[in-house]
Amino acid sequence: MIIGLTHYLVVGAILFTLGVAGIILNRKNIIVILMSVELILLSVNLNFVAFSHELGDLTGQVFALYVLTVAAAEAAIGLAILVAFYRNRGTIAVEDINSLKG
Amino acid sequence: MAAVLFYIFATIMIGSACVVIFARNPVHSVLFLILAFCNGAGLFLLAGAEFLAMILIVVYVGAVAVLFLFVVMMLDVDFAELKQGFAKHLPLGLGVGVVVMVELGLIAIGWQSAPNAPYAAASPMLANVSNTAALGQILYTKYAVFFEASAMVLLTAMIGAIVLTLHHRPNVKRQKISDQNARTRENVIEIKKVPFRTGV
Repeated sequence: MIIGLTHYLVVGAILFTLGVAGIILNRKNIIVILMSVELILLSVNLNFVAFSHELGDLTGQVFALYVLTVAAAEAAIGLAILVAFYRNRGTIAVEDINSLKG
Repeated sequence: MAAVLFYIFATIMIGSACVVIFARNPVHSVLFLILAFCNGAGLFLLAGAEFLAMILIVVYVGAVAVLFLFVVMMLDVDFAELKQGFAKHLPLGLGVGVVVMVELGLIAIGWQSAPNAPYAAASPMLANVSNTAALGQILYTKYAVFFEASAMVLLTAMIGAIVLTLHHRPNVKRQKISDQNARTRENVIEIKKVPFRTGV
């Protein structure tokens, strides 16, 4: 059986769905939310690589590299914000983070 | 063989992604996130993206996941309390998940490429160049601006993370070598005349 583009797209779709569901389900735990975002970005990368393979075009892999860079930066900044927030408030419950609302 | 490997990698990746979401202990979530990334790297390898697979292992498993693990273990948080709203959000989460899954599935199954799409490739793969070499050849020439932009993103992230987490405590005594070297006998020693039998 030949593994084609559709297989990769279905795996990417399942992974994306799991990431979105994880954000909604773990609404209180911001660490798991960040991990769900990483899962979503992984599924996006999987789609880029699958299309790159299918069309014989390296541009998809270059873009996946960019997505990886942004995802790493996002994780670093997100966790830094989390550490700074924990230091100030002593908790990381997302529902407490509404003191900035206008 | 490739099909069997694909199904193994895909199954383990999706299963560990489920554990990431549903695990009670965030440490388990991080460890299964690492497993998901490793299997994702396997899928990248099967799709011929060797360099990205290596980057996924090095950057994600080696740096990002360890950063997550570090933060999870450093923060002393009652994670059982954070898990409380899980049952309440379950119907919404499943509903949104089903909608997203159906939409993406329809796209994934009904998708067709244009007949001339392979000839319209912006940077086509060459036959006898390895993946890493080919990526390097276009990344430093055609996409050089883009490469610099991602470097700027990383620099910004680095400075931002340092600025966010660095804080100076007011009452810490630090060694100041310049002050130590500037000390002279005249301004640190005071000679007092002590009267007899009275003390200072």
